[in-house]
Amino acid sequence: MIQIIGIVGAAFVIAIAYAIFKVLRFVDIIKRPAKSEVPSDNNTSALLLLIFVILFLFGFWWYFFYASPDLLPVSASAHGEETDQLFRIAMGVILIPFTLLNILLFYAAYRFRYKKGTFARFYPHNNKLEVIWTVVPGLVFAVLILMGTNVWSRITTAPPENAEVINIMGYQFAWGVRYPGADDTLGSHDYRLADAVNQFGMDLSDPSSFDDFMPLEIHLPKGKPVLLNIFAKDVIHSVFLPHFRLKMDAVPGMPTRFWFTPKYTTEEMREMVGNPEFNYEMACTEICGTGHFAMRMVVVVDEPEAYEEWKASQLTWLKMNPEYLAKIPENLQEIARIKSGIEQLPAIVAK
Amino acid sequence: MSIADIQIAPTPEHHQHDDHSLNFWTKYIFSTDHKVIGKQFLIMGIFWAIIGGLLSVLIRIQLGMPESNLAWLEPILGKWIVDGKLDPGFYLGTVTMHGTIMMFLVLTAGLSGTFSNFLIPLQIGARDMASPFMNMLSFWFYMLSSVLFFVSFFVESGPAMGGWTVYPPLSAIPQAISGSGLGMTLYIIGFILFIVSTLMGGLNYITTVINLRTKGMSMARMPLTVWALFLTAVIATLSFPVLFAALLLLFFDRSFGTSFYLSEIYIAGEALPNMGGSPVLYQHLFWFLGHPEVYIIFLPALGLTSEIVATHARKPIFGYKAMILSMAGIVVLSFVVWAHHMFTSGMNPFLGTAFMVTTLAIAIPSAIKVFNYITTLWGGNIRFTAAMLFSIGLISFIISGGLTGIILGNAPLDIHLHDTYFVVAHFHLVMGVLAFFGTFAGVYHWFPKMFGRMMHEGLGKLHFWITLTGSYLMFIPMHYMGYAGYPRRYYSFTNFEYMNNFIDLNWFISVAAIVTASAQLIFLFNFFYSIWRGKKAPANPWGSNSLEWTTEKVVPGHGNWEGDIPEVYRWPYDYSKPGAKEDFIPQTVSLTETIESNTDYENQRLIQLKKEITNTQNN
Ligand code: HEM
Ligand SMILES: [Cu+2]
Ligand SMILES: [Cu+2]
Repeated sequence: MIQIIGIVGAAFVIAIAYAIFKVLRFVDIIKRPAKSEVPSDNNTSALLLLIFVILFLFGFWWYFFYASPDLLPVSASAHGEETDQLFRIAMGVILIPFTLLNILLFYAAYRFRYKKGTFARFYPHNNKLEVIWTVVPGLVFAVLILMGTNVWSRITTAPPENAEVINIMGYQFAWGVRYPGADDTLGSHDYRLADAVNQFGMDLSDPSSFDDFMPLEIHLPKGKPVLLNIFAKDVIHSVFLPHFRLKMDAVPGMPTRFWFTPKYTTEEMREMVGNPEFNYEMACTEICGTGHFAMRMVVVVDEPEAYEEWKASQLTWLKMNPEYLAKIPENLQEIARIKSGIEQLPAIVAK
Repeated sequence: MSIADIQIAPTPEHHQHDDHSLNFWTKYIFSTDHKVIGKQFLIMGIFWAIIGGLLSVLIRIQLGMPESNLAWLEPILGKWIVDGKLDPGFYLGTVTMHGTIMMFLVLTAGLSGTFSNFLIPLQIGARDMASPFMNMLSFWFYMLSSVLFFVSFFVESGPAMGGWTVYPPLSAIPQAISGSGLGMTLYIIGFILFIVSTLMGGLNYITTVINLRTKGMSMARMPLTVWALFLTAVIATLSFPVLFAALLLLFFDRSFGTSFYLSEIYIAGEALPNMGGSPVLYQHLFWFLGHPEVYIIFLPALGLTSEIVATHARKPIFGYKAMILSMAGIVVLSFVVWAHHMFTSGMNPFLGTAFMVTTLAIAIPSAIKVFNYITTLWGGNIRFTAAMLFSIGLISFIISGGLTGIILGNAPLDIHLHDTYFVVAHFHLVMGVLAFFGTFAGVYHWFPKMFGRMMHEGLGKLHFWITLTGSYLMFIPMHYMGYAGYPRRYYSFTNFEYMNNFIDLNWFISVAAIVTASAQLIFLFNFFYSIWRGKKAPANPWGSNSLEWTTEKVVPGHGNWEGDIPEVYRWPYDYSKPGAKEDFIPQTVSLTETIESNTDYENQRLIQLKKEITNTQNN
């Protein structure tokens, strides 16, 4: 690798030295002022422009198909299928003018290169043409906007009542994920309650918190709407789930949210991409500090039954950090022990 | 009898004192001559472009050759190289300073500063700017700000590291990242000085264009270059003050404990007292400048190109009025699209819809410009000078880079693409490379006017071909990485399974970047060598119509024209007019001298004018 750079670099230095040598000679020969004249290599330049556009577009389209397999697999969320479809349409719409206009531009340059004895055409304007190429792009853009607003409004509508609610909090440099536990209600949190262990700032005077759990992996049920409530503890982060075509900033002091419906389980996706090691991943896409590039978390989509089993098997946060019991107000101690599963009392099962 | 004889001759001004009372300091350093100031901006722009370019090479080495041992950089980067590896914080500092330098110090000051100063008075027929002294201050504020940005590289805690957008809270809290310490303070002060410089320059450009046009130079006869530089100044004076305010509030949050942008933050083991601020407020204020800034970079490049394409195609620019109207449309719309950078910031989704509409609306004038350029070439008699080649490259970049804007402006698509390499690819093509091509074209074209010598055309073309190819090879592939979900501002892509598939491509992009960056040495050599040793330039080397080529001296002295300022009788695009003797008719040639090539309308106007004149003489 380094060698290749070295070779390329050396080739460059030689080329430049050679060019400089030529310039010096050139200048010595011609001392009188230059005159307005046509460059002697005009036809060469014109031809090169034509060759360039051919190679460029050929290379572009070749790579377009060559690289496709390296892109992300089909969207793993329902709304992502719509945005992918829209992306394909919009791409189709822009690739046509991309190809045609580049050809037209370079071809025009080639075809109308200087020819001795000819004059350029004095053609300062044509209102009809100008109206056409204002209106036509306008109409195309209007159609794209309509399709876009349509999808956008569906993505951003209020989440369905039955959505699984999960809290995510970004902090330097990891994610905290909080599930509601058996009572299906998430407890509150407050940044002033945070400390090195209680990263989330879980409010332990809120009984709903007692059975909440914070796993090291996100699990999601297939086919059920999921609502992510997104928070940030220190600086702005951004939840990015590329396989689900999902992104939303996590902003300190301003909760945000995004709801979506996972479509394929991790197993199904592994089969589809033919890679038994495949995992859904979550990344951070808002610069947040030195560890920004490493805020990875694995996401697992389960069949709904498996998801419920997984949920039931999770230990509550309080059980994993029993020293925090001491911070719970006296009158809630009992219920906290029970809800968190620290004490088993079959008579008063939570909820 | 020509019309000029009849009109009252302007009282000759005294410009005999030309240069003789000036010493080295007042002539080259604290100069109030717009041409010298323009060159000063150019030289500083080149200086910063070299630094910005070296930083981009460093970025590319890190991303494309992550295994390489960077110990050889230790003499320069010192403690930022740890065990032969670049420090991740310094990587972010590199990205931040690269972006800031390129956007502001190079393509705002270096581009607008150079060409507005150099060209506006010469092309509208003025002796200097409306306020030459303020113009000088504008450059020196830029110098001051340059010094602060430069010094910020060398402070213990490093330069600003929050990305060129420097979003708080990251940029507001020193505990969040080391660059948010002293480096960020210098960044804010440097930036504020930069804004002062831009405002002083901008107000000057605007007043000059409005008030100092020579006789006959109506707004509708100004070269498109002047139009573009003028409208750019309008955008800048309206939008930069908002950034000024945003940065001032950020400064207060950092230094005086206010909470404009800060709320509910727990960092480095303590809860901060700030409550009630909003980080999203900063984003709105920032992008209120940030988006117009894109056009502050884009429009001057197009303005230079318009002039160059017409001149070297020997053909009038197609749709002169449409070009002006579309630029005016861009000016207005550029103020109402800012939130398309914030589709995923958590703002109200309704805003997403509104900004999607305005964003696609602003694409229309840009599309018009492309069509007009191609039609200008169509039927031309094109001379492929280096300036012309760079202009053709620029048009190709409007197409290739502009079209992806239609994708990004579509809110549901931006959900996936925001803050990925797709965005990096888009803005480098349509703003970065495009504006560099405009600048290069401008330098090759106006170099003879600046320095009285020609740049070497062959070297210019070599420079063009490598840069054109390299730019596409660098930035087209980045679209794929972006769509594949590679986030920007990432120190490395090794932590994620889904980012392990473009290793070769990353290496390839880096090689292309290194080659392209080295090719700029050709330009540097050509530029500096030609200043002293280039071929002597004739008065009007390209056979151009506009006023700057009519000065008596090839390199005009103080006051530009030694005698009277020439009068203007026509628009600047009378190229290849049917019936004319030559394929160009300068703006200073009166209609009476070109009866054979006048249009019917022009001849009727002449007859009418003559009648009026005879009438007044008889009375
Ligand atoms: C040799 C040419 C260039 C190369 C190879 C290059 C490379 C890059 C790369 C790889 C990044 C992304 C880094 C990251 O996200 O981690 C970047 C960011 C950026 N570049 Fe360039 N660049 C070049 C020229 C330019 C020019 C001419 C401009 C002028 C507008 C520019 C403006 C920016 C900006 C604004 C950013 C964003 C910085 C940020 O994220 O805060 N670049 N560049
Ligand atoms: Cu981050
Ligand atoms: Cu924008």
